[in-house]
Formats: sequence, structure tokens, C-alpha cells
Amino acid sequence: MPAPEQFRLIFRHIDEPGYTNDLDCYVRNGGYETLRKSVARKPEEIVDDVKKSGLRGRGGAGFPCGVKWTLLDRKSGKPIYLVVNADESEPGTFKDRYIIHKDPHQLLEGIMITCFANKVERAYIYIRGEFPEGAKILEKAIAEARAANFVGPNILGTGYGCEIYVHRGAGAYICGEETGLIESIEGKRPYPRIKPPYFPAVLGLYQCPTIVNNVETLCHVRHIAERGGEAYSKIGTPNNTGTRILCVSGHVRRPGYYEFEVGKITMGQLLNEVCGGPLPGRSFKAVIPGGSSAKVLKFGERYKGKRKVGAEMVDYDWSLEDIPMDFDSLAMIGSMGGSGGVIVMDDSVSMVEALANINAFYSHESCGQCTPCREGSLWMKKITGRMVHGQARAEDGALLKSVADQIAGRTICAFGEACAWPTQSFVAKFGDEFKAYPESKKAKRADGVPDLV
Amino acid sequence: MMNLQSETLRKIDEVIPHYPVKRSAALPLLHLVQEDQGFISNEAIEWIAARLELQPINIYELVTFYPMFRQKPIGRRHIKVCRTLSCAIMGGYRTCSEFQKQFGTGLGEVSPDGEVTVEFVECLASCGTAPVVLIDDVLHEKVDAERARELSEKIRSEARASRGNT
Repeated sequence: MPAPEQFRLIFRHIDEPGYTNDLDCYVRNGGYETLRKSVARKPEEIVDDVKKSGLRGRGGAGFPCGVKWTLLDRKSGKPIYLVVNADESEPGTFKDRYIIHKDPHQLLEGIMITCFANKVERAYIYIRGEFPEGAKILEKAIAEARAANFVGPNILGTGYGCEIYVHRGAGAYICGEETGLIESIEGKRPYPRIKPPYFPAVLGLYQCPTIVNNVETLCHVRHIAERGGEAYSKIGTPNNTGTRILCVSGHVRRPGYYEFEVGKITMGQLLNEVCGGPLPGRSFKAVIPGGSSAKVLKFGERYKGKRKVGAEMVDYDWSLEDIPMDFDSLAMIGSMGGSGGVIVMDDSVSMVEALANINAFYSHESCGQCTPCREGSLWMKKITGRMVHGQARAEDGALLKSVADQIAGRTICAFGEACAWPTQSFVAKFGDEFKAYPESKKAKRADGVPDLV
Repeated sequence: MMNLQSETLRKIDEVIPHYPVKRSAALPLLHLVQEDQGFISNEAIEWIAARLELQPINIYELVTFYPMFRQKPIGRRHIKVCRTLSCAIMGGYRTCSEFQKQFGTGLGEVSPDGEVTVEFVECLASCGTAPVVLIDDVLHEKVDAERARELSEKIRSEARASRGNT
């Protein structure tokens, strides 16, 4: 079956010749009309639209956005904050970069609609430190929107006011974790908070109720407000509504960003047709489907089980290529859609070396609060590093697994899982390669194969 | 005594009221001071702490945690090569060693000519155009070893031009 056409909702104007990131261009293309209409509605109606839309968060966990909003403690009398997670740092993910650089007003409109719907009067955009240009673009866009009365006091004469500020991070991956991010805005080390009691919806920024949403999620809110929740929910597939930006990197002929209706495209269509298949003379070996912490999938594997279609349970028997790229299917086969970052590795890559690279990342980024994560991520890095640069042993795979198994579920935040899943899945899927590594590394390295660690 | 430019001081005054709590301005102030001075000195830590009515340890613990803050000067240009998986499988390690070779320098050091500091950093979020390199504030995409040589030459010629002007 041929791949479906892209459905560009968020990326509609990205790459459009002549489209610039200033206010005039955005307004010429119908920008801020949805905000204008939204502020004339009741805030509750917009929240209702988002609930009906079925929108799931695009940052990693896929939590329903409308539900997140309804969990807000609205009775406390404290101010409600919106924190925009623009810390895009899950390896393999690069969608928010293009939204921020090329269409920042789309994000600002989504933020303002979200703020109005939730009676928020102050929003912070937490942008990763590695996007210095992005931070400047956002600051300029906010100033433009403020001058045009889309942001600031008394928006469009409604009496409602809201300010947006840009807050720059400084190179720490853990700031993408929502409570770590909140600590970081408070001017502290970004140590994630324990939940309960510190659910952001109740005790978030400055101990006030807080919404934390991803950049892409907030752009979807703008489109939901424009189309209506019901109409938006018809895009995509049931429980996996809307569009999704898939970021493909690594060993394909045409890496890049592609936007499709969620669940309407399979892994095979994406990699073979849209991305042009493997590089000349190579074949696909493995793919990480949702950012580097998602469990790795192996080409040639089959996935069997029962799944719900409508009201019925039906059998499925999928090759990796058959898997629909949606939240539920990827979770069902034991991985996740995560942040939409698809990393492809071909037969030139050693899985031991790829894991060593990933382990070095997580070891560097562990915040150090919880012993299993701080020590475990370091041990996994040291073991894989030793396998590559020193003495490798056939039993190292089992050793790695035993370390990883002692981290997940024993930490304050999901980083424990994020750092354990790569090791667990690499060893489970490519165990033979780990066992054979002491022998295979004696062979001469093929020309042109890059070092990974 | 801290000798900050008046523009930096103006930005510091502007950013503090963005927050209901002064401590929140710690990261913005660290960025502004580092951009002004090139690195965060002990004196800067004390100055920022005083400005925000905090103890120096409250600032020091941020400088030692967040990778982007540094306590020593670097070369005139800062070359950050992405080390993470998507860039590595497309040759990021080769790119990094080429920059080191071009300037005869080790990782994280100031090159002997004072021109650059080459660093490996984690994911720069531009994986589709790997390998990527951030030079000062500008992202360079698909930087293979050959492109790294060209960029190095450009850095050297810009340095020659600026020396000629002064």
C-alpha cells in the first residue's frame, strides 16, 4: 500500500517559499483570527473542545491534554501558570526547533488560547540553552504580538491580560522533566520533585497550579480552537487523534521532518517510501521509534497479539514495517511513540557501540538525586565503554541487564526508565551480538564505519 | 569589582521583574554575565547572589550543575560538536577530531593560538541534518570532516581580518 500524503497542520507553512517568521506574514495568512474568536467565547467551551479533540501530549508521555487541564486546582485562589516546555532535548527529536524558528507566532497563538481557556495570566516559555537564536526569535515575536495587543494587558479590548516570558535553560536534559523544569524556573538545580504531592496541576511553579505543555501540543490547541474539538478528532485514528510530526534521523536516504495523521502511516511506509529506504548497499537493522529512551525495535521481528478495533478484539501479526506510527500501537508492541524522534540504524552499526553512545548520554544527564539512576547510568556507561575500548566479555550483556533492571521503578522521575530501557531492549533484542562482541571486535573494522563512543 | 557593560546592567534590571520571586532570575543573570565576561568568576557568583538577595552557594550550585556555565575563559570562538547517537552514526566523532586537529587542541581546552575551544556536547536537536555543530550561536548542519576544515579556515581568516582591523 502506498504511503498516504503528508497532512501538514502544524508544519503547513514550514518550507513555504516567502513565508517569514514575523507578525505581518503570520497575520496575512490568517494568524491570530482564532485567538480573536476564542476570547469572545467562554473559557470552559475551549477546554471542552480540547477534551473532545482527544489531543494527547506530544512531548513524550502522550497524556491527554484536556484531562491535564481539568486536573488544575482552580479553587486554591492562587494564580495559575502555563509553562511551555521548549526544552526539546530527547535525542532524535527536532520538531520544536522548526516551529520556534520558522513559525513562532503559531506557538504564541496556541499559548494565548490556552492561557485564556485556563485563566492563566502569566506564561513562561522554557527554551533549551542550545537554541540561542530561537530564544531571540521568540522574544522578538512576543514584542510584536504585544505591540499588536495579542499579548499583554487587556487583550483585544476584552479586559483579559496575559504576559509571556522566555526563560533560557543551560544545557541540562533533565529540565525536560516537568517538575525539574519548574525547579529550574525557580532558579534552582532542576531536581525533579516527587509525585505525589507535587503534581504541577496542584503544586507547580511557586507551589501554584501549573500547566506544563509541549510546544507542538500548544500548536495543536490553536488548530483545535479553529476547527472545533469534534472536527479535529476526525483527523487521525480513534484515541490517536490529530497529526504527528515524525522526525527521522540516521541511516535513511531522506532524513527530515514529516507530518502525518496519527496512525495513518506505518513504519515501513515512513522509512521505505517517505524517507527513501536504506542507504545504497545497506539494509535496515534497528530503529528507535520515539526518541532515544524508547525501546529499540529489530528489523525481521514479528509482533503478535490481540488488539482492540472498535469494540472487538482482533488478532494482529505484524512485521516491524506493518506497525502504525501511533501512541497505542507502539506501546502495544513494547516501545513508545514518545517524542516522535525516529532514529534508524543500518547493518553498518554495532549495537554494542550504539548502546555505549546512548549510555554515555544518560550518564551525563542523570541529575544525581536518586542513587539507582546516578550510579546505574554510570555503571552502564562504564561497562559498555569498557566493552568498546577495553576488554569485552561474553557475559557483559547479562551484567548490563542486571544493572538496568535495578533502576526502573526505583527513582523519583521517569529518567530511571529512560536510561534503563535502551540497555534492557538492546540486550533483549541483540543479545547474540553482545555475546559475540569480544570475538567480533578482533576483526578489522570496515572502512568508513564511524566511532560511536 | 565587576565591570559589566551598561547594556548588560540594563538587561539585568529588565529581566528580574519577569518573575514574582527574585531567585528565578538566577539563570538569566548567569547567561547575561557569562555573555558579558566570557565565564563565571567567583566574583561574579558573589555579585549575582547579592543582586538576587541569595547566598553565593545558591548560585555556585547552578554553575556546577548546568553544563553551559563555565568557570574558566575559553577561546575566542566556541565550537560545540554534537556527540549524541544520530550525529555519531553519521560521523560526529570524525567531525570533532578534525576540529581538534585543525587547531591542535584537546577537548575543552583553549587552542594554543587562543582562537577556539572545541567541545563535545549532547544532542543539539537537529538530528535530521547530522552531524551538526554549534559555533558560538550559529548552527552548522551536515558538517563532515571536509566541511569542518572549511569552517576552521573561515574562523582563521575571520581572526586574521579582525586583527588587521585593530
